[in-house]
Amino acid sequence: MSRVMIYKRFERFWHWFQALLIFALLFTGFEIHGSYSVLGFGDAARLHTLAAWALIVLWLFAIFWHITTGEWRQYIPTRNGLFPVIRYYLIGTFTGAEHPYRKTTRAKHNPLQRLAYLFFKLMITPVIWLTGLLYLFYNDWPATLSGALELETVALVHTAAAFAMLIFIIAHVYMATMGAKVTSLIKPMVTGYEDLEDTR
Amino acid sequence: MERSARDRLLGRFGRRAANIALAGALICSGFAVSGAERPPATADHSKFEVLEGPFDNAQEVTEACLGCHTEAGEQIRATTHWTWTYEHPETGQTLGKSKVINSFCGMAITNEARCTSCHVGYGWEDMKQPPPTADNAVDCLVCHDTTGEYWKFPTLAGHPTYMPREWPKGSGKMVQPPDLESIAQNVGASGRANCGSCHFYGGGGDGVKHGDLDSSLVDPPRSLDVHMSPDGLNFGCADCHTSWGHQVSGSRYQVNAKDTLGIDVPGHTDFSRASCESCHGATPHQKQKLNDHVDTLACQTCHVPAFARGGVPTKIWWDWSTAGRLDENGEPITEYDDSGHPSYMSEKGDFRHGENVVPSYAWFDGTVKYTLVDEKLDVDHPPVEINRVEGGPDDPGSRIWPFKVMRGKQPYDTELETLLATHVFGADDTSLWSNFSWPKALQAGSEMSGMPFSGSYDFIETTMHWPITHMVPPAEQALGCASCHASESRLAGIAGIYMPGHNGNIWLDRIGWLLVALTLVGVVLHGVARILIKGRKRS
Repeated sequence: MSRVMIYKRFERFWHWFQALLIFALLFTGFEIHGSYSVLGFGDAARLHTLAAWALIVLWLFAIFWHITTGEWRQYIPTRNGLFPVIRYYLIGTFTGAEHPYRKTTRAKHNPLQRLAYLFFKLMITPVIWLTGLLYLFYNDWPATLSGALELETVALVHTAAAFAMLIFIIAHVYMATMGAKVTSLIKPMVTGYEDLEDTR
Repeated sequence: MERSARDRLLGRFGRRAANIALAGALICSGFAVSGAERPPATADHSKFEVLEGPFDNAQEVTEACLGCHTEAGEQIRATTHWTWTYEHPETGQTLGKSKVINSFCGMAITNEARCTSCHVGYGWEDMKQPPPTADNAVDCLVCHDTTGEYWKFPTLAGHPTYMPREWPKGSGKMVQPPDLESIAQNVGASGRANCGSCHFYGGGGDGVKHGDLDSSLVDPPRSLDVHMSPDGLNFGCADCHTSWGHQVSGSRYQVNAKDTLGIDVPGHTDFSRASCESCHGATPHQKQKLNDHVDTLACQTCHVPAFARGGVPTKIWWDWSTAGRLDENGEPITEYDDSGHPSYMSEKGDFRHGENVVPSYAWFDGTVKYTLVDEKLDVDHPPVEINRVEGGPDDPGSRIWPFKVMRGKQPYDTELETLLATHVFGADDTSLWSNFSWPKALQAGSEMSGMPFSGSYDFIETTMHWPITHMVPPAEQALGCASCHASESRLAGIAGIYMPGHNGNIWLDRIGWLLVALTLVGVVLHGVARILIKGRKRS
């Protein structure tokens, strides 16, 4: 066993700031949607827009970081070892089996995580962004766009993506508690360090 | 000049001090020109010999006016204020007070001396004839009196009274003849009370007709009207309703529903300031998201949160069908509602009044089309629209506007299926208010208006749209987002708009929340199972 830096400083900052912004966006977004009334529509909309811009800036940095560090490779999907991981979460975790995946700093996400995060990054987030920006700049749509697209369509897709985001978060937060101890998986995301089995 | 002063300040005190000094100067000069300041007049009318009188009647004052203002009479006779007719450029309809029927007292043409008391002239006794043609028949004083003493008596076809007369009838209050010499020597620009002497009292009383025009606007607090309040800008009506040779801008028949000219710059635009954009432009808000609304919403939609806010109620329901009920002595009845407003009068039927009324909203391109008195009605599908506002979501010239929707019941011809003019006023044997007989009043209305009447009548429900544009309070009293962006939205049911917070797709929500719930249940079950199994292993 050796103690290694698995989540670098920027990565942790990105993760937690993104988490904060996504929680703010979900909370204000569903208020704007009309699901409840806490802040009032105007404040909710202002906060939502502000958080959206902050997230966009954060993502621009994150994309830059992923490209320049090569960390984007962590998300290349693989079927190799995927089904044992799925079986573990469905059965093995109850029978006391060991997690079938061995983390390394160069492959720190198991195949299921890779798929989930890739879906998050390439599907949910881009759809939310694209529809969100269209929503935000609705008044400035060029004529060709406003002739082909209704605001209602944009709004409904944005809402659907928000539901997907909410579901992702619930599952993600729960699965983060499924380490050896409840905090085993969360602690490295705070400190950056995790004890990994030595790999040759 | 400014630049060199700034440079000098800059040199001596540095940039920040110079900016502060300039800002201070700007603020002070702003205070100096704000509010009620108006340039002094170039003529003191009390110094004109011709205005010393004595005047036997108001026409003699008019003759004196026209002695200097040589073109004014001719100008007035060319305006809608005089002709009471309006050729609608969009619909081709001939409108105006001499043509339209409304849902208040019906038509002016069957009730002359009463209705023509608001004509801007003297002696229009018979509306089948054009207004009187004599030069001195134009009424200068009703618009230019500044003393408040001049009053066109309600039953004298535009004349003031020349002897003490009781008004209202039976009240014991006597109206004295006006002091024409004093009034003539104090003429000036039209103020709110001048326009209001007719426009605040349309429909037979204070505030009855418009909802956003009543006597509370003579001296309104800021909270009622930020522009007209003496504590605000102290605007007269004519500050926005600019005129051109006595032709006043701003028409209710053809509204400028979306002023794309923006701020009215002399020499560049049309000199008409009868729209909010004339002064405020097309992007008046500091918050961009609010400016994003102005393509769809009229300014008034958010900035006139309710009408009839000045303590004067407006009529919102008028059912003529119940008129004529008398007490056991055969005397007319008046009943009052809880607020002390009349709710029934034998002369007029049942009323409902409203204060602080939330407007109705509709797409509006500015064009108002009327159901004229000779038009065949769709009697199987009431209510009949006395007028209807045109426009819709796909028309870029339309915006969502606030309206007072007047409702009620009024007589129609069951055979000809047309609306009927009613002869309500007149000291004769046929007027409704004298003899309480509908057949007689309708027959007389037919003869006076020249419209046919089969003899059989009934009452049909009608609606009439009145655009709301006055009574703009300070911006902080404007509607908030949630007035529309909420499940209970003021704009509920308006076609062609998607409002976050109000609209949505019920199935998307159901499926979305169901999946969220299933995920939560799955997570909880999974977690509970883990805990239970772990506990069993330990034991």
